[in-house]
Amino acid sequence: MARSIAFREALREAMSEEMRRDERVFLMGEEVAEYNGAYKVSQGMLAEFGEKRVIDTPISELGFTAVGVGAAQNGLRPVVEFMTWNFAVLALDQILNTASKMLAMSGGQISCPIVFRGGNGSAGQLGAQHSTAFEALYANIPGIKVVSPSTPYDAKGLLKQAIRYEEDPVMFMESEVMYGDKMEVPEEEYYIELGKADVKRPGTDVTIISFNKMMKVALSAAAELEKEGISAEVIDLRTIRPLDMETILASVRKTNRLVIVEEQWPFASVSSEISYRVQKDAFDYLDAPIRRITAADAPLHYAPNLVAAALPDVPRTVKLVKEVMYLKK
Amino acid sequence: MLLKFLAVATKFSKETYLYWYELMQLIRTFELTAEEKYKMEGKIRGFFHAYVGQEAIAAGCMTATKPEDIFITAYRDHGLAVAKGVSVDSCMAELYGKATGCAKGKGGSMHFFGKEQHFFGGHGIVGAQIGTGTGLAFAENYKGTDNVVLCFFGDGAARQGILHESFNLAMLWKLPVIYICENNNYAMGTSVERTSNIHDIYKLGAAYEMPSEVVDGMNPETVHDAVAKAVKRAREKNGPTLLEIKTYRYKGHSISDPQKYRTKDEVDEYKSKDPINLLRKSMLDGQLATEAQVKEIDTRCDEVVAASVKFAEESPFPSDDEVLKDVYVDQDYPFIVD
Repeated sequence: MARSIAFREALREAMSEEMRRDERVFLMGEEVAEYNGAYKVSQGMLAEFGEKRVIDTPISELGFTAVGVGAAQNGLRPVVEFMTWNFAVLALDQILNTASKMLAMSGGQISCPIVFRGGNGSAGQLGAQHSTAFEALYANIPGIKVVSPSTPYDAKGLLKQAIRYEEDPVMFMESEVMYGDKMEVPEEEYYIELGKADVKRPGTDVTIISFNKMMKVALSAAAELEKEGISAEVIDLRTIRPLDMETILASVRKTNRLVIVEEQWPFASVSSEISYRVQKDAFDYLDAPIRRITAADAPLHYAPNLVAAALPDVPRTVKLVKEVMYLKK
Repeated sequence: MLLKFLAVATKFSKETYLYWYELMQLIRTFELTAEEKYKMEGKIRGFFHAYVGQEAIAAGCMTATKPEDIFITAYRDHGLAVAKGVSVDSCMAELYGKATGCAKGKGGSMHFFGKEQHFFGGHGIVGAQIGTGTGLAFAENYKGTDNVVLCFFGDGAARQGILHESFNLAMLWKLPVIYICENNNYAMGTSVERTSNIHDIYKLGAAYEMPSEVVDGMNPETVHDAVAKAVKRAREKNGPTLLEIKTYRYKGHSISDPQKYRTKDEVDEYKSKDPINLLRKSMLDGQLATEAQVKEIDTRCDEVVAASVKFAEESPFPSDDEVLKDVYVDQDYPFIVD
């Protein structure tokens, strides 16, 4: 039986189901308990699980991240919420220098099964310091996995998988502007394996790859293109590290054209990595250069027109697809 | 002096003194031998931070804790690893970068680990382990054990933000952690006085109302007493303690340190307070050990360390395909290999 629930509820169900299953799982972060979550993701969880397992922290990202990392090394399975990933930068030392390297440095003795999650990327006119999308930055780091879902269904299955089955640190990227998105989600438990992309819309003429909230741009562009008789296949990466190259390559070998839509800054972005690997492994299949739309190569400014100008949108995506298809206008 | 000694002599057994002496001498021998292999033979590379001069801290901490208690420290980690029982063979092999090392040759001098021995490393970012160690204690508290965590750091780390965030959280949640600042007076080449307006590091605990005290680190008895008191407090769920243990490293910050920031006289003065010499003298004076017993321990330490050198030299390097191992627990992780 499926029922319609919001993205935030899907995340809450994922955490709650895993916390009911496993005493070692706990949730920690700013405002997660008594305030019921800055974005209401953890609403009601304190009431169900109590203050031992749903833990409010001071505004102390480096400190509570370190506590999570240490706890994960010592037999627990923490879920650490960042109010936004922008604040996690304060804790990058613990993520990059400790969590991601612990297994390697200890010669395989000490693992760090921890999930970091929170809102990521832009969410309106929040200014430069609350608007960065971090997938590419974290995807650069060996030892961790990076998940960035676009739907409540995927978010629930992926988060459950990360909490229950992943023994390596997982960065789980959500979006403040998606928390209210609703969708039919089964009542029965399910899991979605990390590292598997999902073809959200099959097509034959061109491949569009995206993830997280930019999937909306990609799917809307595909719908526009369909009106003009162009069949776009839209791939939702869902996991950024590791990348599901099999799904990407199979699609490109079919459509021979690739456009990537992402909210990262352009330098060494997710699209950079995909482009390198597609040209290496599917060079002969390409009928046009790979193209991409990223966030502008600048901090995100405040003015509404500057926000719009800096982020990928449907008209530019449609235009780019037409360019790789060598269609005029 | 004699009276003072007699007062403590009633408290610790002969065996305790012999244990302290042997552990301290073993650490000293290990460090001096390894340094020789580094400098004279070039068989050990990378950064290398010796524990020479600080051995009494390891000794006192060991007798004040039980094996299940966790130690976590910074990159000056050889002495504490050996103390916790990580085998001397595997420690020496780690310095040599061999597959038989305590981190399979992947850690090196700064990253010794022994999970089985409850030794959680060997951390290279100054102060980071203060936070990680707080998390280890969080887990013990969460699991409801009575284990405690001894979280070591140097005076340099006391100036990092993570110390303050950790102190705050540990006091807020009354975590079973003992913060041990091994104050050897120099953050690399910068003396404590040049790093803060607050020269007495133990005073930093006051801002969080954390019980804090300063301890003589050249004597295992004083270290034991202070740590035992803190451990008791932690085991009884009364929260953390900060101990500023005053010590001195005779060696440079690392093996490549020319030590221009301090005088030879200063080093010599501290050498006259050498913890091993002092302990040996008081054991002999107090008739807790005979010359022969001490000599026997010295010989045993030499032999154990010599054997570890042989073990390390005869061990293989890790195979090349270890590059992509121990990066993920996930055995099927699709690495990028082009």
